Amino acid sequence: MVVPLVYAVLSGFKSTDELSSNPFGLPKRWLTSNYTDILAGGDFWRLLGSSTLIAVGTTVLVVAASALAAFSFARFAFRGREALFTLFTMGLMFPFAVAVLPLFLLLRSLGLLDNPLGVILPQAAFGLPMTIIILRAFFREIPGELEEAATLDGCSPFGFFWRVLLPMARPALGTVSVLAVVTSWNNFMLPLLVFTDNTWWTLPIGVQQFQGQYSAEYARVFAYLVLAMVPALAFYSVAERQLVGGLTAGATKG
Amino acid sequence: MTSTFLADKRSGPGTELPPPESVRARGRGRRRVLHWLTAVGFQLPALVLFIGMVLLPMLFALYAAFFRWGGFGMPSDYVGTDNFTQLFDNPVFLGDLWRCLVLVVLSLAFQLPFALAMAVLLNQKLRGRAVYRMLFFAPYVLSEAITGVLFSMVFAPDSGLADHILGAVGLDGVGGLWFADPSYVMATLFLVMMWKYFGFHMMLYLAGLQSIPRELTEAALIDGASAWQRFRNVTLPLLAPTLRISIFLSVIGSIQLFDLVWVVTQGGPDHHSETMAVTMFQYGFKRYQVGYASAISVVMFGICLVFALAYQRFVLRRDLEGATTTMRGDGK
Repeated sequence: MVVPLVYAVLSGFKSTDELSSNPFGLPKRWLTSNYTDILAGGDFWRLLGSSTLIAVGTTVLVVAASALAAFSFARFAFRGREALFTLFTMGLMFPFAVAVLPLFLLLRSLGLLDNPLGVILPQAAFGLPMTIIILRAFFREIPGELEEAATLDGCSPFGFFWRVLLPMARPALGTVSVLAVVTSWNNFMLPLLVFTDNTWWTLPIGVQQFQGQYSAEYARVFAYLVLAMVPALAFYSVAERQLVGGLTAGATKG
Repeated sequence: MTSTFLADKRSGPGTELPPPESVRARGRGRRRVLHWLTAVGFQLPALVLFIGMVLLPMLFALYAAFFRWGGFGMPSDYVGTDNFTQLFDNPVFLGDLWRCLVLVVLSLAFQLPFALAMAVLLNQKLRGRAVYRMLFFAPYVLSEAITGVLFSMVFAPDSGLADHILGAVGLDGVGGLWFADPSYVMATLFLVMMWKYFGFHMMLYLAGLQSIPRELTEAALIDGASAWQRFRNVTLPLLAPTLRISIFLSVIGSIQLFDLVWVVTQGGPDHHSETMAVTMFQYGFKRYQVGYASAISVVMFGICLVFALAYQRFVLRRDLEGATTTMRGDGK
Protein backbone atom coordinates (compact mmCIF):
# COMPACT_ATOMS: atom_id res chain seq x y z
CA MET A 1 0.00 0.00 0.00
CA VAL A 2 2.66 2.47 0.96
CA VAL A 3 5.28 1.10 -1.39
CA PRO A 4 4.34 3.40 -4.28
CA LEU A 5 4.30 6.40 -1.93
CA VAL A 6 7.67 5.62 -0.37
CA TYR A 7 9.06 4.89 -3.81
CA ALA A 8 7.92 8.31 -4.97
CA VAL A 9 9.41 10.11 -1.97
CA LEU A 10 12.78 8.36 -2.29
CA SER A 11 12.88 8.76 -6.05
CA GLY A 12 12.41 12.47 -5.61
CA PHE A 13 15.74 12.57 -3.81
CA LYS A 14 17.59 10.82 -6.61
CA SER A 15 18.81 12.01 -9.94
CA THR A 16 17.05 10.64 -12.99
CA ASP A 17 20.24 8.73 -13.89
CA GLU A 18 20.37 7.09 -10.51
CA LEU A 19 16.71 6.07 -10.81
CA SER A 20 17.47 3.57 -13.54
CA SER A 21 20.58 2.11 -11.90
CA ASN A 22 19.21 2.08 -8.35
CA PRO A 23 15.41 1.95 -8.43
CA PHE A 24 14.61 0.71 -4.90
CA GLY A 25 17.42 1.56 -2.54
CA LEU A 26 18.00 4.68 -0.57
CA PRO A 27 19.55 7.43 -2.67
CA LYS A 28 23.35 7.21 -2.74
CA ARG A 29 23.46 10.93 -2.32
CA TRP A 30 20.35 12.67 -1.03
CA LEU A 31 19.65 15.18 -3.70
CA THR A 32 17.32 17.87 -2.42
CA SER A 33 17.44 20.06 -5.49
CA ASN A 34 14.43 18.37 -7.11
CA TYR A 35 12.27 19.42 -4.21
CA THR A 36 13.81 22.80 -3.51
CA ASP A 37 13.75 23.84 -7.17
CA ILE A 38 10.02 23.32 -7.29
CA LEU A 39 9.44 25.09 -4.01
CA ALA A 40 11.67 27.97 -5.04
CA GLY A 41 9.72 28.58 -8.24
CA GLY A 42 6.44 30.45 -7.95
CA ASP A 43 4.33 28.01 -9.96
CA PHE A 44 3.82 25.42 -7.28
CA TRP A 45 2.70 27.99 -4.74
CA ARG A 46 0.33 29.57 -7.20
CA LEU A 47 -1.32 26.19 -7.83
CA LEU A 48 -1.51 25.54 -4.12
CA GLY A 49 -3.09 28.93 -3.53
CA SER A 50 -5.58 28.44 -6.31
CA SER A 51 -6.54 24.95 -5.08
CA THR A 52 -6.97 26.38 -1.58
CA LEU A 53 -9.05 29.33 -2.70
CA ILE A 54 -11.35 27.12 -4.74
CA ALA A 55 -11.70 24.54 -1.99
CA VAL A 56 -12.51 27.19 0.63
CA GLY A 57 -14.93 28.99 -1.67
CA THR A 58 -16.73 25.78 -2.57
CA THR A 59 -16.92 24.67 1.04
CA VAL A 60 -18.30 27.95 2.37
CA LEU A 61 -20.90 28.10 -0.35
CA VAL A 62 -22.06 24.50 -0.20
CA VAL A 63 -22.18 24.37 3.59
CA ALA A 64 -24.03 27.69 3.90
CA ALA A 65 -26.63 26.87 1.26
CA SER A 66 -27.06 23.30 2.52
CA ALA A 67 -27.38 24.32 6.16
CA LEU A 68 -30.21 26.73 5.31
CA ALA A 69 -31.97 24.14 3.17
CA ALA A 70 -31.43 21.32 5.66
CA PHE A 71 -32.78 23.54 8.44
CA SER A 72 -35.96 24.10 6.51
CA PHE A 73 -36.23 20.39 5.63
CA ALA A 74 -35.68 19.32 9.21
CA ARG A 75 -37.75 21.87 11.14
CA PHE A 76 -40.58 23.02 8.92
CA ALA A 77 -43.61 21.17 7.65
CA PHE A 78 -44.54 22.76 4.37
CA ARG A 79 -46.26 21.89 1.16
CA GLY A 80 -43.85 20.39 -1.36
CA ARG A 81 -41.23 19.45 1.19
CA GLU A 82 -40.99 15.79 0.29
CA ALA A 83 -40.94 16.54 -3.43
CA LEU A 84 -38.11 19.03 -2.97
CA PHE A 85 -36.17 16.67 -0.80
CA THR A 86 -36.54 13.89 -3.35
CA LEU A 87 -35.28 16.28 -5.99
CA PHE A 88 -32.11 16.91 -4.02
CA THR A 89 -31.54 13.27 -3.14
CA MET A 90 -31.89 12.35 -6.79
CA GLY A 91 -28.92 14.62 -7.33
CA LEU A 92 -26.82 11.89 -5.73
CA MET A 93 -27.40 9.74 -8.78
CA PHE A 94 -26.46 12.37 -11.34
CA PRO A 95 -22.96 11.64 -12.48
CA PHE A 96 -20.94 14.78 -12.83
CA ALA A 97 -19.61 13.66 -16.20
CA VAL A 98 -23.12 13.74 -17.63
CA ALA A 99 -23.66 17.41 -16.91
CA VAL A 100 -20.18 18.62 -17.63
CA LEU A 101 -20.67 19.36 -21.31
CA PRO A 102 -23.73 21.64 -21.04
CA LEU A 103 -22.29 23.02 -17.83
CA PHE A 104 -19.23 24.07 -19.75
CA LEU A 105 -21.39 25.79 -22.37
CA LEU A 106 -23.36 27.53 -19.63
CA LEU A 107 -20.20 28.75 -17.91
CA ARG A 108 -18.88 29.96 -21.24
CA SER A 109 -22.00 32.00 -21.91
CA LEU A 110 -21.88 33.41 -18.38
CA GLY A 111 -18.28 34.44 -18.95
CA LEU A 112 -17.08 32.28 -16.08
CA LEU A 113 -14.33 30.44 -17.94
CA ASP A 114 -10.90 31.17 -16.47
CA ASN A 115 -12.67 32.40 -13.39
CA PRO A 116 -12.54 30.53 -10.07
CA LEU A 117 -16.30 30.98 -9.75
CA GLY A 118 -16.67 28.77 -12.79
CA VAL A 119 -15.37 25.89 -10.70
CA ILE A 120 -16.74 26.92 -7.31
CA LEU A 121 -20.40 27.25 -8.32
CA PRO A 122 -20.80 23.86 -10.05
CA GLN A 123 -18.79 22.07 -7.38
CA ALA A 124 -20.97 23.55 -4.67
CA ALA A 125 -24.09 22.66 -6.62
CA PHE A 126 -23.04 19.04 -7.01
CA GLY A 127 -22.08 18.87 -3.35
CA LEU A 128 -25.53 19.97 -2.18
CA PRO A 129 -27.34 16.60 -2.12
CA MET A 130 -24.92 14.79 0.17
CA THR A 131 -24.43 17.80 2.44
CA ILE A 132 -28.14 18.43 2.81
CA ILE A 133 -28.82 14.78 3.63
CA ILE A 134 -26.18 14.65 6.34
CA LEU A 135 -27.13 18.00 7.88
CA ARG A 136 -30.84 17.30 7.80
CA ALA A 137 -30.35 14.10 9.75
CA PHE A 138 -28.32 16.01 12.30
CA PHE A 139 -30.70 18.94 12.64
CA ARG A 140 -33.54 16.54 13.30
CA GLU A 141 -31.80 15.23 16.38
CA ILE A 142 -31.93 18.60 18.08
CA PRO A 143 -34.92 18.59 20.42
CA GLY A 144 -37.97 20.62 19.45
CA GLU A 145 -38.23 22.06 23.00
CA LEU A 146 -35.15 24.15 22.28
CA GLU A 147 -36.85 25.69 19.31
CA GLU A 148 -40.02 26.40 21.27
CA ALA A 149 -38.04 27.99 24.06
CA ALA A 150 -36.13 30.16 21.61
CA THR A 151 -39.33 31.20 19.84
CA LEU A 152 -41.01 32.12 23.12
CA ASP A 153 -37.99 34.26 23.90
CA GLY A 154 -38.68 36.14 20.71
CA CYS A 155 -36.28 34.38 18.39
CA SER A 156 -37.10 34.44 14.68
CA PRO A 157 -36.56 31.22 12.71
CA PHE A 158 -33.37 32.65 11.30
CA GLY A 159 -32.31 33.79 14.77
CA PHE A 160 -32.84 30.27 16.06
CA PHE A 161 -30.93 28.84 13.12
CA TRP A 162 -28.04 31.25 13.51
CA ARG A 163 -27.73 31.51 17.25
CA VAL A 164 -28.83 28.07 18.48
CA LEU A 165 -28.77 25.47 15.74
CA LEU A 166 -25.50 26.27 13.98
CA PRO A 167 -23.39 26.43 17.15
CA MET A 168 -24.91 23.13 18.27
CA ALA A 169 -24.27 21.54 14.90
CA ARG A 170 -20.56 22.30 14.88
CA PRO A 171 -19.44 18.65 14.67
CA ALA A 172 -21.72 17.96 11.73
CA LEU A 173 -20.65 21.16 10.01
CA GLY A 174 -17.04 20.12 10.50
CA THR A 175 -17.72 16.76 8.90
CA VAL A 176 -19.44 18.11 5.82
CA SER A 177 -16.80 20.82 5.45
CA VAL A 178 -14.02 18.27 5.41
CA LEU A 179 -15.88 16.25 2.81
CA ALA A 180 -16.37 19.33 0.67
CA VAL A 181 -12.72 20.34 0.91
CA VAL A 182 -11.51 16.88 -0.12
CA THR A 183 -13.91 16.64 -3.05
CA SER A 184 -13.01 20.07 -4.31
CA TRP A 185 -9.30 19.48 -3.85
CA ASN A 186 -9.42 16.33 -5.93
CA ASN A 187 -11.62 17.55 -8.74
CA PHE A 188 -9.87 17.29 -12.06
CA MET A 189 -12.33 17.35 -14.93
CA LEU A 190 -13.95 20.69 -14.19
CA PRO A 191 -10.80 22.75 -13.60
CA LEU A 192 -9.31 21.07 -16.66
CA LEU A 193 -12.14 22.45 -18.76
CA VAL A 194 -12.74 25.79 -17.11
CA PHE A 195 -9.14 26.98 -16.84
CA THR A 196 -7.76 27.25 -20.33
CA ASP A 197 -4.64 29.11 -19.28
CA ASN A 198 -2.55 28.41 -16.23
CA THR A 199 -3.55 31.39 -14.06
CA TRP A 200 -5.97 29.41 -11.94
CA TRP A 201 -4.75 25.84 -12.43
CA THR A 202 -5.22 23.58 -9.44
CA LEU A 203 -2.74 21.00 -8.18
CA PRO A 204 -4.14 17.97 -10.03
CA ILE A 205 -3.96 19.88 -13.31
CA GLY A 206 -0.50 21.14 -12.43
CA VAL A 207 0.79 17.64 -11.76
CA GLN A 208 -0.56 16.32 -15.03
CA GLN A 209 0.94 19.19 -17.00
CA PHE A 210 4.25 18.93 -15.19
CA GLN A 211 4.50 15.27 -16.08
CA GLY A 212 3.84 16.11 -19.70
CA GLN A 213 6.44 18.84 -19.69
CA TYR A 214 9.24 16.99 -17.89
CA SER A 215 8.38 13.48 -19.06
CA ALA A 216 12.05 12.54 -19.39
CA GLU A 217 13.06 13.81 -15.96
CA TYR A 218 11.50 11.18 -13.78
CA ALA A 219 13.09 12.33 -10.56
CA ARG A 220 11.67 15.83 -10.91
CA VAL A 221 8.21 14.50 -11.65
CA PHE A 222 8.41 12.32 -8.55
CA ALA A 223 9.41 15.30 -6.43
CA TYR A 224 6.56 17.33 -7.83
CA LEU A 225 4.13 14.50 -7.22
CA VAL A 226 5.22 14.15 -3.62
CA LEU A 227 4.88 17.86 -2.97
CA ALA A 228 1.42 17.83 -4.50
CA MET A 229 0.39 14.99 -2.21
CA VAL A 230 1.63 16.63 0.96
CA PRO A 231 -1.25 19.09 1.50
CA ALA A 232 -3.91 16.42 0.96
CA LEU A 233 -2.19 13.92 3.25
CA ALA A 234 -1.51 16.56 5.89
CA PHE A 235 -5.13 17.62 5.83
CA TYR A 236 -6.18 13.99 6.04
CA SER A 237 -4.02 13.30 9.07
CA VAL A 238 -5.62 16.25 10.87
CA ALA A 239 -9.19 15.67 9.77
CA GLU A 240 -9.27 11.88 9.51
CA ARG A 241 -12.00 11.34 12.09
CA GLN A 242 -14.33 13.89 10.54
CA LEU A 243 -13.76 12.60 7.04
CA VAL A 244 -14.44 8.99 7.88
CA GLY A 245 -17.44 9.96 10.00
CA GLY A 246 -18.85 11.97 7.13
CA LEU A 247 -18.34 9.26 4.55
CA THR A 248 -19.90 6.54 6.62
CA ALA A 249 -22.81 8.75 7.72
CA GLY A 250 -23.34 9.95 4.17
CA ALA A 251 -23.12 6.49 2.71
CA THR A 252 -25.53 4.84 5.08
CA LYS A 253 -28.06 7.62 4.86
CA GLY A 254 -27.78 8.18 1.13
CA MET B 1 -62.41 41.78 16.49
CA THR B 2 -59.00 40.45 17.44
CA SER B 3 -58.79 38.88 20.81
CA THR B 4 -56.64 40.56 23.38
CA PHE B 5 -54.37 37.55 23.36
CA LEU B 6 -53.51 37.93 19.69
CA ALA B 7 -53.20 41.70 19.97
CA ASP B 8 -50.81 41.21 22.81
CA LYS B 9 -48.70 38.80 20.83
CA ARG B 10 -48.55 41.07 17.81
CA SER B 11 -46.91 43.81 19.84
CA GLY B 12 -43.90 41.67 20.71
CA PRO B 13 -40.83 41.58 18.44
CA GLY B 14 -40.71 38.86 15.83
CA THR B 15 -44.03 37.31 16.72
CA GLU B 16 -45.35 37.48 13.16
CA LEU B 17 -42.90 34.76 12.21
CA PRO B 18 -44.13 31.21 12.36
CA PRO B 19 -44.03 29.40 15.68
CA PRO B 20 -42.34 26.01 15.94
CA GLU B 21 -43.88 22.94 14.39
CA SER B 22 -45.71 21.84 17.51
CA VAL B 23 -47.60 25.15 17.84
CA ARG B 24 -47.94 25.75 14.14
CA ALA B 25 -50.82 23.31 13.65
CA ARG B 26 -53.18 26.15 14.62
CA GLY B 27 -51.80 28.58 12.01
CA ARG B 28 -53.94 29.25 8.96
CA GLY B 29 -54.53 31.84 6.26
CA ARG B 30 -51.93 34.56 6.05
CA ARG B 31 -49.78 32.96 8.66
CA ARG B 32 -49.75 29.77 6.72
CA VAL B 33 -48.53 31.54 3.59
CA LEU B 34 -45.92 33.33 5.61
CA HIS B 35 -44.82 30.05 7.08
CA TRP B 36 -44.51 28.51 3.66
CA LEU B 37 -42.56 31.49 2.36
CA THR B 38 -40.16 31.31 5.30
CA ALA B 39 -39.62 27.59 4.80
CA VAL B 40 -39.02 27.93 1.09
CA GLY B 41 -36.96 31.07 1.61
CA PHE B 42 -34.40 28.98 3.45
CA GLN B 43 -34.29 26.63 0.48
CA LEU B 44 -33.74 29.38 -2.02
CA PRO B 45 -29.93 29.59 -2.25
CA ALA B 46 -29.58 25.82 -2.53
CA LEU B 47 -32.43 25.59 -4.98
CA VAL B 48 -31.11 28.28 -7.30
CA LEU B 49 -27.67 26.71 -7.29
CA PHE B 50 -29.00 23.21 -7.83
CA ILE B 51 -31.40 24.10 -10.61
CA GLY B 52 -28.95 26.37 -12.37
CA MET B 53 -25.86 24.21 -12.18
CA VAL B 54 -27.25 20.67 -12.07
CA LEU B 55 -30.79 20.32 -13.39
CA LEU B 56 -30.77 22.80 -16.27
CA PRO B 57 -27.48 21.50 -17.72
CA MET B 58 -28.81 17.95 -17.48
CA LEU B 59 -32.03 18.86 -19.27
CA PHE B 60 -30.09 20.78 -21.86
CA ALA B 61 -27.91 17.74 -22.54
CA LEU B 62 -31.06 15.75 -23.11
CA TYR B 63 -32.22 18.38 -25.59
CA ALA B 64 -28.92 18.78 -27.41
CA ALA B 65 -28.61 15.03 -27.89
CA PHE B 66 -31.18 15.27 -30.69
CA PHE B 67 -29.18 17.76 -32.76
CA ARG B 68 -26.11 17.80 -34.89
CA TRP B 69 -24.40 20.64 -33.15
CA GLY B 70 -20.90 22.06 -32.79
CA GLY B 71 -21.53 23.83 -29.50
CA PHE B 72 -21.88 27.41 -30.71
CA GLY B 73 -25.15 29.32 -30.85
CA MET B 74 -28.28 27.32 -30.20
CA PRO B 75 -28.64 23.85 -31.68
CA SER B 76 -30.77 24.03 -34.84
CA ASP B 77 -29.93 21.01 -37.00
CA TYR B 78 -32.44 18.52 -35.61
CA VAL B 79 -31.50 14.93 -36.42
CA GLY B 80 -33.95 12.99 -34.28
CA THR B 81 -32.43 9.89 -32.75
CA ASP B 82 -29.59 9.70 -35.28
CA ASN B 83 -26.98 10.42 -32.63
CA PHE B 84 -28.19 7.48 -30.61
CA THR B 85 -28.36 5.03 -33.48
CA GLN B 86 -24.87 6.06 -34.58
CA LEU B 87 -23.68 5.68 -31.04
CA PHE B 88 -24.80 2.09 -30.87
CA ASP B 89 -23.02 1.41 -34.16
CA ASN B 90 -19.82 2.94 -32.88
CA PRO B 91 -17.41 0.15 -31.93
CA VAL B 92 -15.62 2.46 -29.49
CA PHE B 93 -18.80 3.13 -27.58
CA LEU B 94 -19.82 -0.50 -27.58
CA GLY B 95 -16.36 -1.21 -26.25
CA ASP B 96 -16.95 1.40 -23.53
CA LEU B 97 -20.05 -0.46 -22.41
CA TRP B 98 -18.14 -3.73 -22.36
CA ARG B 99 -15.24 -2.24 -20.41
CA CYS B 100 -17.65 -0.68 -17.96
CA LEU B 101 -19.17 -4.09 -17.34
CA VAL B 102 -15.71 -5.61 -16.90
CA LEU B 103 -14.79 -2.98 -14.31
CA VAL B 104 -18.02 -3.51 -12.42
CA VAL B 105 -17.52 -7.27 -12.35
CA LEU B 106 -13.86 -6.98 -11.33
CA SER B 107 -14.74 -4.56 -8.54
CA LEU B 108 -17.46 -6.78 -7.18
CA ALA B 109 -15.41 -9.95 -7.53
CA PHE B 110 -12.08 -8.71 -6.16
CA GLN B 111 -12.13 -5.28 -4.63
CA LEU B 112 -15.10 -5.59 -2.31
CA PRO B 113 -14.32 -9.08 -0.93
CA PHE B 114 -10.74 -7.98 -0.33
CA ALA B 115 -11.94 -4.84 1.43
CA LEU B 116 -14.28 -6.93 3.54
CA ALA B 117 -11.53 -9.35 4.52
CA MET B 118 -9.27 -6.48 5.56
CA ALA B 119 -12.09 -4.85 7.52
CA VAL B 120 -12.80 -8.05 9.42
CA LEU B 121 -9.10 -8.41 10.12
CA LEU B 122 -8.72 -4.84 11.33
CA ASN B 123 -11.82 -5.12 13.46
CA GLN B 124 -9.96 -7.61 15.68
CA LYS B 125 -7.76 -6.38 18.45
CA LEU B 126 -4.67 -5.97 16.38
CA ARG B 127 -1.46 -4.19 17.23
CA GLY B 128 -1.27 -0.87 15.42
CA ARG B 129 -4.60 -1.21 13.69
CA ALA B 130 -5.18 2.53 13.83
CA VAL B 131 -2.02 2.92 11.77
CA TYR B 132 -3.18 0.35 9.20
CA ARG B 133 -6.48 2.11 8.89
CA MET B 134 -4.81 5.43 8.24
CA LEU B 135 -2.51 3.87 5.65
CA PHE B 136 -5.16 1.95 3.75
CA PHE B 137 -7.46 4.91 3.63
CA ALA B 138 -4.82 7.48 2.69
CA PRO B 139 -4.96 6.81 -1.08
CA TYR B 140 -8.60 7.78 -1.04
CA VAL B 141 -7.74 11.39 -0.24
CA LEU B 142 -5.29 11.66 -3.12
CA SER B 143 -6.88 12.90 -6.30
CA GLU B 144 -7.33 10.44 -9.14
CA ALA B 145 -5.17 12.67 -11.29
CA ILE B 146 -2.26 12.51 -8.86
CA THR B 147 -2.76 8.78 -8.39
CA GLY B 148 -2.74 8.40 -12.14
CA VAL B 149 0.55 10.23 -12.59
CA LEU B 150 2.10 8.23 -9.75
CA PHE B 151 1.12 4.92 -11.29
CA SER B 152 2.07 5.88 -14.78
CA MET B 153 5.57 6.20 -13.28
CA VAL B 154 5.30 2.99 -11.30
CA PHE B 155 4.19 1.10 -14.40
CA ALA B 156 6.49 2.88 -16.82
CA PRO B 157 7.95 0.18 -19.08
CA ASP B 158 11.50 -0.87 -18.03
CA SER B 159 12.23 2.07 -15.75
CA GLY B 160 9.19 1.77 -13.49
CA LEU B 161 8.95 0.16 -10.09
CA ALA B 162 6.67 -2.66 -11.25
CA ASP B 163 9.13 -3.99 -13.83
CA HIS B 164 12.01 -3.65 -11.40
CA ILE B 165 10.17 -5.67 -8.77
CA LEU B 166 9.31 -8.39 -11.26
CA GLY B 167 12.91 -8.37 -12.45
CA ALA B 168 14.19 -8.65 -8.90
CA VAL B 169 12.16 -11.80 -8.23
CA GLY B 170 13.30 -13.36 -11.48
CA LEU B 171 10.25 -12.64 -13.58
CA ASP B 172 11.86 -10.51 -16.26
CA GLY B 173 9.66 -9.92 -19.21
CA VAL B 174 6.45 -10.78 -17.40
CA GLY B 175 5.46 -7.16 -17.03
CA GLY B 176 6.23 -5.29 -20.16
CA LEU B 177 4.20 -2.45 -21.53
CA TRP B 178 1.45 -2.28 -18.91
CA PHE B 179 -0.61 0.77 -19.84
CA ALA B 180 0.64 0.68 -23.41
CA ASP B 181 -0.35 -2.94 -24.01
CA PRO B 182 -3.92 -3.34 -25.28
CA SER B 183 -4.40 -6.63 -23.49
CA TYR B 184 -2.95 -5.50 -20.15
CA VAL B 185 -4.17 -1.95 -19.91
CA MET B 186 -7.54 -2.62 -18.26
CA ALA B 187 -6.04 -5.01 -15.73
CA THR B 188 -3.39 -2.47 -14.85
CA LEU B 189 -5.97 0.29 -14.50
CA PHE B 190 -8.01 -1.95 -12.29
CA LEU B 191 -5.02 -2.51 -10.01
CA VAL B 192 -4.69 1.24 -9.62
CA MET B 193 -8.41 1.63 -8.92
CA MET B 194 -8.17 -1.06 -6.36
CA TRP B 195 -5.22 0.62 -4.68
CA LYS B 196 -7.10 3.88 -4.52
CA TYR B 197 -10.60 2.78 -3.56
CA PHE B 198 -10.41 -0.41 -1.59
CA GLY B 199 -9.57 1.54 1.58
CA PHE B 200 -12.76 3.52 1.18
CA HIS B 201 -14.88 0.39 1.09
CA MET B 202 -12.90 -1.08 3.93
CA MET B 203 -13.72 1.97 6.04
CA LEU B 204 -17.41 1.62 5.27
CA TYR B 205 -17.31 -2.01 6.35
CA LEU B 206 -15.38 -1.18 9.49
CA ALA B 207 -18.03 1.36 10.43
CA GLY B 208 -20.67 -1.27 9.75
CA LEU B 209 -18.84 -3.92 11.75
CA GLN B 210 -18.53 -1.62 14.70
CA SER B 211 -22.26 -1.14 14.87
CA ILE B 212 -22.77 -4.90 15.29
CA PRO B 213 -23.16 -5.62 19.00
CA ARG B 214 -20.33 -7.79 20.33
CA GLU B 215 -22.77 -9.88 22.35
CA LEU B 216 -24.10 -11.46 19.18
CA THR B 217 -20.80 -12.91 18.03
CA GLU B 218 -19.95 -13.80 21.60
CA ALA B 219 -23.21 -15.68 21.94
CA ALA B 220 -22.44 -17.56 18.75
CA LEU B 221 -19.00 -18.34 20.11
CA ILE B 222 -20.50 -19.79 23.27
CA ASP B 223 -22.86 -21.87 21.17
CA GLY B 224 -19.77 -23.38 19.58
CA ALA B 225 -19.86 -21.69 16.18
CA SER B 226 -16.60 -21.71 14.26
CA ALA B 227 -15.02 -18.48 13.05
CA TRP B 228 -16.40 -19.05 9.57
CA GLN B 229 -19.88 -19.85 10.89
CA ARG B 230 -19.83 -16.72 13.03
CA PHE B 231 -18.84 -14.67 10.01
CA ARG B 232 -21.28 -16.34 7.65
CA ASN B 233 -24.34 -16.44 9.91
CA VAL B 234 -23.93 -13.46 12.20
CA THR B 235 -21.60 -10.83 10.79
CA LEU B 236 -22.46 -11.02 7.12
CA PRO B 237 -26.26 -10.70 7.44
CA LEU B 238 -25.88 -7.79 9.83
CA LEU B 239 -23.43 -6.12 7.53
CA ALA B 240 -25.71 -6.53 4.53
CA PRO B 241 -26.99 -2.92 4.45
CA THR B 242 -23.43 -1.60 4.35
CA LEU B 243 -22.51 -4.11 1.66
CA ARG B 244 -25.43 -3.06 -0.48
CA ILE B 245 -24.46 0.61 -0.22
CA SER B 246 -20.85 -0.13 -1.06
CA ILE B 247 -21.86 -2.19 -4.10
CA PHE B 248 -24.02 0.69 -5.25
CA LEU B 249 -21.25 3.25 -4.90
CA SER B 250 -18.78 0.96 -6.61
CA VAL B 251 -21.00 0.40 -9.65
CA ILE B 252 -21.91 4.07 -10.05
CA GLY B 253 -18.22 4.94 -9.69
CA SER B 254 -17.24 2.50 -12.43
CA ILE B 255 -19.83 3.90 -14.82
CA GLN B 256 -18.45 7.41 -14.65
CA LEU B 257 -14.72 6.72 -14.45
CA PHE B 258 -12.79 9.53 -16.13
CA ASP B 259 -9.93 11.26 -14.29
CA LEU B 260 -7.72 8.24 -13.89
CA VAL B 261 -8.06 7.09 -17.48
CA TRP B 262 -7.61 10.57 -18.87
CA VAL B 263 -4.40 11.16 -16.96
CA VAL B 264 -2.86 7.77 -17.58
CA THR B 265 -3.85 6.68 -21.07
CA GLN B 266 -6.42 9.11 -22.50
CA GLY B 267 -8.26 5.97 -23.51
CA GLY B 268 -5.41 4.42 -25.44
CA PRO B 269 -3.76 2.38 -26.76
CA ASP B 270 -6.20 2.40 -29.64
CA HIS B 271 -9.27 2.94 -27.40
CA HIS B 272 -8.52 -0.14 -25.33
CA SER B 273 -8.98 1.67 -22.03
CA GLU B 274 -11.58 4.18 -23.09
CA THR B 275 -14.59 4.72 -20.85
CA MET B 276 -17.90 6.37 -21.68
CA ALA B 277 -16.85 9.61 -20.01
CA VAL B 278 -13.60 9.65 -21.99
CA THR B 279 -15.42 9.08 -25.28
CA MET B 280 -17.85 11.86 -24.38
CA PHE B 281 -14.95 14.16 -23.59
CA GLN B 282 -13.21 13.32 -26.86
CA TYR B 283 -16.25 14.07 -28.99
CA GLY B 284 -17.46 17.05 -26.98
CA PHE B 285 -14.26 18.93 -26.30
CA LYS B 286 -11.78 17.70 -28.88
CA ARG B 287 -13.90 17.18 -31.98
CA TYR B 288 -16.69 19.64 -31.17
CA GLN B 289 -19.44 17.15 -31.96
CA VAL B 290 -21.40 18.42 -29.02
CA GLY B 291 -24.74 16.89 -29.99
CA TYR B 292 -23.18 13.47 -30.38
CA ALA B 293 -21.30 13.84 -27.10
CA SER B 294 -24.55 14.87 -25.41
CA ALA B 295 -26.08 11.63 -26.59
CA ILE B 296 -23.28 9.79 -24.78
CA SER B 297 -24.08 11.80 -21.64
CA VAL B 298 -27.71 10.87 -21.93
CA VAL B 299 -26.94 7.17 -22.30
CA MET B 300 -24.61 7.35 -19.30
CA PHE B 301 -27.29 9.04 -17.30
CA GLY B 302 -29.85 6.49 -18.46
CA ILE B 303 -27.66 3.61 -17.34
CA CYS B 304 -27.04 5.22 -13.95
CA LEU B 305 -30.71 6.00 -13.51
CA VAL B 306 -31.97 2.57 -14.48
CA PHE B 307 -29.41 0.93 -12.28
CA ALA B 308 -30.15 3.26 -9.36
CA LEU B 309 -33.90 2.87 -9.61
CA ALA B 310 -33.76 -0.89 -10.01
CA TYR B 311 -31.31 -1.14 -7.16
CA GLN B 312 -33.45 1.03 -4.95
CA ARG B 313 -36.57 -0.87 -5.85
CA PHE B 314 -35.23 -4.37 -5.40
CA VAL B 315 -32.26 -4.13 -3.11
CA LEU B 316 -32.26 -1.01 -0.99
CA ARG B 317 -35.92 -0.87 -0.09
CA ARG B 318 -35.47 -3.12 2.87
CA ASP B 319 -32.72 -0.89 4.23
CA LEU B 320 -34.72 2.26 3.83
CA GLU B 321 -37.63 0.74 5.71
CA GLY B 322 -35.31 -0.17 8.52
CA ALA B 323 -33.48 3.13 8.39
CA THR B 324 -36.26 5.20 9.86
CA THR B 325 -36.33 3.13 12.99
CA THR B 326 -32.79 1.90 13.45
CA MET B 327 -30.79 4.85 12.21
CA ARG B 328 -31.95 7.27 14.86
CA GLY B 329 -29.32 8.47 17.22
CA ASP B 330 -26.30 7.93 15.00
CA GLY B 331 -26.43 11.43 13.60
CA LYS B 332 -23.21 12.59 15.23
